[in-house]
Amino acid sequence: MFGRFTDPAAQAFSALQHEPIVLYTVVAVGIIFFLVLVGITLFGWWGTLWRNWITTVDHKRIGIMYVILALVMLIRGFVDALMMRMHQAVAVGGESAGYLPPDHYDQIFTAHGTIMIFFMATPLLFGLFNYVIPLQIGARDVAFPFLNNLGFWITCSGAVLINLSLAIGNFARVGWLAYPPLSEVSGSPDTGMDYYLWSLQLSGIATTIGAVNFVATIIKMRAPGMTMMKMPVFCWTTLISNVLILMIYPVLTVAFALLACDRYLGMHFFTNDGGGNPMAYINYVWMFGHPEVYVLVLPAFGILSEVVPTFSSKRLFGYTSMVWAILVILVLSFLVWVHHFFTMGGGIAVNTFFSTTTMVIAVPTGVKIFNWLFTMYKGRIRLEAPMLWCLGMMFTFVGGGLTGVMLSIAPADWQFHNSLFLVAHFHHTIIGGVVFSYFAGFVYWFPKAFGIKLNRSLGICAFLCWFVGFYLAFFPLYILGLMGATRRLQHYIEPSWQPYFIIAMIGAFIIALGILCTVLQLLLAIWYGFMHKGILPVHENDPWGDARTLEWSISSPPPAYNFAIIPDVKTLDAYWAMKMTGSKRKKTDFSDIHMPSNTSAGFFAGLLSLILGFALVWHLWWLVALSFISIIAVIILHSFVSDHNGYYLSSGDVQMIEDQFTTYLESKGIQA
Amino acid sequence: MKKLKKILTFSEALTCMLLLSGCDIAVLHPAGLVAKAQRDLIVVSLLLMLCIVIPVMIAIVAFAIKYRVSNSAAEYLPEWGESHKVEFFMWGIPICIVAVLAVLSAYFIHQYEPSKPLDLALTDDGHNRLLRIDVVALEWKWLFIYPEYGIATINEIYAPTGQQVSLQLTAENTINAFWVPKLGTVLYAMPQMNAKLHLVSEEDGQFSGISANYSGEGFSNMRFTWNSVSHDDFNHWVARVRQSSVTLDSSTYLALTQRNKNTPVTHFSEIEKNLYYRIVNRCVVQGSQCNEYLMRLAAEKSLWGELCSVFNFK
Repeated sequence: MFGRFTDPAAQAFSALQHEPIVLYTVVAVGIIFFLVLVGITLFGWWGTLWRNWITTVDHKRIGIMYVILALVMLIRGFVDALMMRMHQAVAVGGESAGYLPPDHYDQIFTAHGTIMIFFMATPLLFGLFNYVIPLQIGARDVAFPFLNNLGFWITCSGAVLINLSLAIGNFARVGWLAYPPLSEVSGSPDTGMDYYLWSLQLSGIATTIGAVNFVATIIKMRAPGMTMMKMPVFCWTTLISNVLILMIYPVLTVAFALLACDRYLGMHFFTNDGGGNPMAYINYVWMFGHPEVYVLVLPAFGILSEVVPTFSSKRLFGYTSMVWAILVILVLSFLVWVHHFFTMGGGIAVNTFFSTTTMVIAVPTGVKIFNWLFTMYKGRIRLEAPMLWCLGMMFTFVGGGLTGVMLSIAPADWQFHNSLFLVAHFHHTIIGGVVFSYFAGFVYWFPKAFGIKLNRSLGICAFLCWFVGFYLAFFPLYILGLMGATRRLQHYIEPSWQPYFIIAMIGAFIIALGILCTVLQLLLAIWYGFMHKGILPVHENDPWGDARTLEWSISSPPPAYNFAIIPDVKTLDAYWAMKMTGSKRKKTDFSDIHMPSNTSAGFFAGLLSLILGFALVWHLWWLVALSFISIIAVIILHSFVSDHNGYYLSSGDVQMIEDQFTTYLESKGIQA
Repeated sequence: MKKLKKILTFSEALTCMLLLSGCDIAVLHPAGLVAKAQRDLIVVSLLLMLCIVIPVMIAIVAFAIKYRVSNSAAEYLPEWGESHKVEFFMWGIPICIVAVLAVLSAYFIHQYEPSKPLDLALTDDGHNRLLRIDVVALEWKWLFIYPEYGIATINEIYAPTGQQVSLQLTAENTINAFWVPKLGTVLYAMPQMNAKLHLVSEEDGQFSGISANYSGEGFSNMRFTWNSVSHDDFNHWVARVRQSSVTLDSSTYLALTQRNKNTPVTHFSEIEKNLYYRIVNRCVVQGSQCNEYLMRLAAEKSLWGELCSVFNFK
């Protein structure tokens, strides 16, 4: 009946009893959660929340929810990072030197990696895809609006499940990719590894669903006239990134399923006995893991290709080169996975092959830097926050690329492998390349979503803190790696390492200030929304000026239907062309617009999958059966009972909404 | 006084960080042939890439300043977006650099393949035969077996300076990686597998070794020292180990596989024959069958085995 709760070895509540840090965190999170619920009730927002957000199928609202989830997870993952930095700054000597015992420290670095990749970066990515892609291709929604809602709620339940491990049971102590046999029952007998498996399976399912949606959307729903080579680069990178997801996530799902068979059914895929082979898992997981890096970084390249031209008031340099570079990366990213374990003794042929392919992938990546550089060349550069993030990204990413190529040289990797040099390298590319770009995109598209820009000074502060903090936090790690420090050390004995760890900690705190600036920016924006009682006034379509793509041709925030008239695309940079040819926005004669209806099926399926995951972790078999059947029932019910016909927004309503925008533009004296 | 000392070491490390030279950065101050080659490779590849990375970094800053919007004197070409000349160079330069690096990498991969003995000139005293050490990564300690001497140790290696060491690595349970930063080349110690590594030290000294693959709770304790000493000192050490009262057989080995942290340096004066073979093949426990035998059985039963197996049935 109570599954593993009655098993003392599962340590259901031991973290709460013995770890004060965990206890206080759980209490604090509980209080905040409670206050939010009370607030929503007091303001009477439940109805709005349910109708406009939870059951919505509008890609813009789902995108916003994805970004909120990602920001919350960013804070969770970042707190983990701070704790590690603070711990390592004092952990010289023995096991008891720091304030975290190995048991807790090992959970933290596993959670940090897992949460940052699967529950911070991926949702942020999907948030941006969701908000921007349909607008950029001139569509009214994504191809499968219900799947979109379902995907979000499954991601969300994955995130909740992974965070539940903080309070109930414990989390995995295996590193973010959970190599067996450590992740087998023999190495991790308690619930942590099961939390890891099921929350990542949920995230994997949701990501795959999302990818199906975006591949279909980009291929089938582009505005008339927008051929593939007239798509904005962000659309290209999104398409390729989602194709990659479709190819690699099944590999991860199967690897995790096999590991689950080992753990739950006593099979021997990756164990040391019964003919199992742990190295097979390492191959599967990196066949996923390496392309995953490109899943994250390609859209980052896409964002730069949008932001840099806008703030340089100039067209992107070498569009065709850019697209080919992306396609080359798509192919090459599948040929490099073994570079994650050059140290297995693969032999001359294997090492030479993978070393060379890894270096080759640096070529199309390097080309992109030149593309942006020559986009800036002879432009008119405005140093607004998004452009600063882009400049920071370019400046930092070339360095990350450099150390990446150093690691790709197999004999050099034999000295870098799993050292802090490696840790510094991948943070160099992920923070410098991915996070900086996502922030650029976030700040850039924020006024599109809400009508107002984020506070400029705070934005610049946020960038400066991240930029300086990054270099301070990770350059000491390069040196530490060369001094012989490996990753995931709970303590070390060399006193000469300590100053570097202390500097790294200071860097992490400076990054924390950067995050604080972003939070303040958002609070100001929330206050603005609060003052307008959630109904944001319509603002100008092109707040940054000199924007080039279609999303900037409609009001900010955009109406629910996006485009009153689907635009006719003739060239690359469609909106720029419209401005140049002086084409006028249509102000009357709209027709009825078909809209999809809301559905609660996604929310319930998500909730039930959370219960399913939790039941699987705790071996509550009756609940597993119940929730699994219920999920299927919800989906079947949704197919038969829900309203699939949608509804029509009458031409009168459309006229009213468009008139608001017209009035605003006329009041500002803008001719459009 | 203690505090003062702490502050002193701290400031010393700080200054050394500022200068970066003089302090002991293991990978950049190697003590062995392999690590020296790797250091050279790292430095050369870094310099080669800096030739392109530094100009790019300067260009990013310079363009941002020169073409800032307030500088209306700068040229402005909003529609300029293609130039075959520029594209030729922006693809060409990285391709050239990568080509050079790929050749370098391939050469070094070939030259320093861990399973191949190193190309060392023989010294005239005939000392340059290989010293064999069998390494087993346990939870959480390293077991080093010297099959030629019939001795074994925990967390301590002694090897004569200048003599090439041929290591074989395996693990009992979780995957670890054997790394002595001063000597070079990390190699995985994997369960059920036997990985080969050749290292040599060219200087006397104590080099710290560490595991470079996370292996669970006691991972941080998987440290060992590699003592590079003269032949005489090595022989003295062997004699000292032989005086130990502890021996290594199946039952002591099985006791060692228990998880514990902070295992002190231990010497075993005798070792059971073929123990390493049985560890790799997972048949230390009495009555269990060795993997090699099981694989042979499995291969015999299949057509694939008959055609391609490494085992010779006839």
